Amino acid sequence: MALSITESCVNCWACVDVCPNDAIYPDRPHFMIDDMKCTECIGDHPDPQCAAICPIEMAIADELGVFLNPPGSLTGIPVEKLKELGLWREAA
Amino acid sequence: MELPVISHSGPKAEGGGCASSGCGSAPDALAHLPDHIRAKVQDHPCYSEEAHHYFARMHVAVAPACNIQCNYCNRKYDCSNESRPGVVSELLTPDQAIRKVLAVAAEIPQMTVLGIAGPGDPLANPARTFDTFRQLSEKAPDIKLCVSTNGLSLPEHVDEIAKHNIDHVTITINCVDPEIGAQIYPWIYWQNKRIRGVEAARILIEQQQKGLEMLTARGILVKVNSVLIPGVNDQHLAEVSKIVKAKGAFLHNVMPLIAEAEHGTYYGLMGQPEPTAEQLQALQDECAGDMAMMRHCRQCRADAVGLLGEDRGDEFTMDKIDVMDIDYAAAMARRKEVHDAIIDQLEAKRGNAPAAAVDRGIPAGSRPVLMAVAGKNGVVAEHFGHAREFLIYEASPAGVRFIGHRKTELYCGGMDSCGDGDVIEAGASESLLDRNIRILEGCEVVLCAKIGYEPWGKLEAAGIAPNGEHAMEAIEDAVLAVYKEIAATGKLAPAVDSKKVA
Ligand code: SF4
Ligand code: SF4
Repeated sequence: MALSITESCVNCWACVDVCPNDAIYPDRPHFMIDDMKCTECIGDHPDPQCAAICPIEMAIADELGVFLNPPGSLTGIPVEKLKELGLWREAA
Repeated sequence: MELPVISHSGPKAEGGGCASSGCGSAPDALAHLPDHIRAKVQDHPCYSEEAHHYFARMHVAVAPACNIQCNYCNRKYDCSNESRPGVVSELLTPDQAIRKVLAVAAEIPQMTVLGIAGPGDPLANPARTFDTFRQLSEKAPDIKLCVSTNGLSLPEHVDEIAKHNIDHVTITINCVDPEIGAQIYPWIYWQNKRIRGVEAARILIEQQQKGLEMLTARGILVKVNSVLIPGVNDQHLAEVSKIVKAKGAFLHNVMPLIAEAEHGTYYGLMGQPEPTAEQLQALQDECAGDMAMMRHCRQCRADAVGLLGEDRGDEFTMDKIDVMDIDYAAAMARRKEVHDAIIDQLEAKRGNAPAAAVDRGIPAGSRPVLMAVAGKNGVVAEHFGHAREFLIYEASPAGVRFIGHRKTELYCGGMDSCGDGDVIEAGASESLLDRNIRILEGCEVVLCAKIGYEPWGKLEAAGIAPNGEHAMEAIEDAVLAVYKEIAATGKLAPAVDSKKVA
């Protein structure tokens, strides 16, 4: 059970600092989650911390590829507007 | 009647001799401050209008993470409130940042201030931020430190800030009302949760106010920045100003919202209007009161280097720094010499009588006139089409005072091709020249060293008189001279306002 980081990531370090398991590491082109270390924060926090602080929609996905922060969920920009601008995706 | 260059300090203006500084405010613009605060800010380029001509500052981008979202920010770029969006700063580790600061401070001995402002929130990156400050205090104790924050995690770091002897903190406070805050901040990360809406804004505001009180209680200077967002907090910022000053903020700086669609911010994409230059100025006048020291703020990038309004960052990339051969001890000694010399020079100026001009017949009730100046280093130096910004001055019977600056888009490709920019780019609704003329709204005169035929005509059509007759003169003298010329024509006669006449 682990989350993963997608190519939407902007390498901002926010998740690295809050992960209770040191599971996230800087990498190119974007940061990565070590799936051997990630526990999805179970036992530490009710919410996965990386997903709770990440400012970028679609940057963190679960094992099914479902975005924890889908388009529009962080900025409040309506989905229609995002579709119009080509900034909308359903899953990783 | 004497016509001094006005000081913002009120009636006691005898030190007001910033005659050719290019900023127009008198050196004793700081006079209202207690001595210990004035001593701290007088050679700080961001706080003192006169110091910014002489001293340099730099920012290092060591703080990438952020703990809140602002509607004017897109984290794909730098934070757009402390730094301009659209350009990503070179992210440095604390060790790299120290190497860079020491290299810059050796190369530019006027360097006095190191700031950490982003690209995220410095206090959301406490390890990186404080490691940088700690190392620098050891290696270059003469350099002042400052830090900017959104305030969310400020209270928990106040003791650490006090320990590192960081005496300037900037807090961005856009509101004191959570309902308004909810329109500016969609979420915060707080106690291991993402919190949204009014609740998020309430926590953020509480933390900001608490942090402000804790800092001023410890004698640490606090400046408050606010982003003016028309229709959201424009009616509210005067209230913010009152509250933060009552709590001891020494300066309240109102900055315009930047909301361009191509930055991909919520405001940009949703068509939130930016304030006009006039709206901004009206609010700055209201909030600044006698503390109008930040009119020269240029909203620097998170990795800006150099004097305010210039960015020499390209000279100091890590690969260039790595091959520099620097004698750090000698550099520090040299900085001391240069600083002392500048301070002496400023003191001498403060002691001098103001460059008062003798009144030649300006009727006491004459209305004030705004003039835009294409200036550089205190003189009318720039070609109209080359000006990256215009300095706005107000002339009135009481004297000349600096109001602010307005940024242009360069349209002129070369000395001979002025007017070439007067074409409308595909997709744009107006030409750059038209846009630049529009930002001069409210001004009656433009002073520049030279101006092309085409912009001349357009300016006149817009009711703005172009004037190239004062090239290379000190700005305040030129503004005053033009004001007198206008007065002589009788156009400044007191407005006959029947409502006001009793
Ligand atoms: S879900 Fe939790 S454990 Fe997994 S990477 Fe994110 S913060 Fe770390
Ligand atoms: S917080 Fe999000 S954007 Fe930032 S590094 Fe982590 S995954 Fe990438």
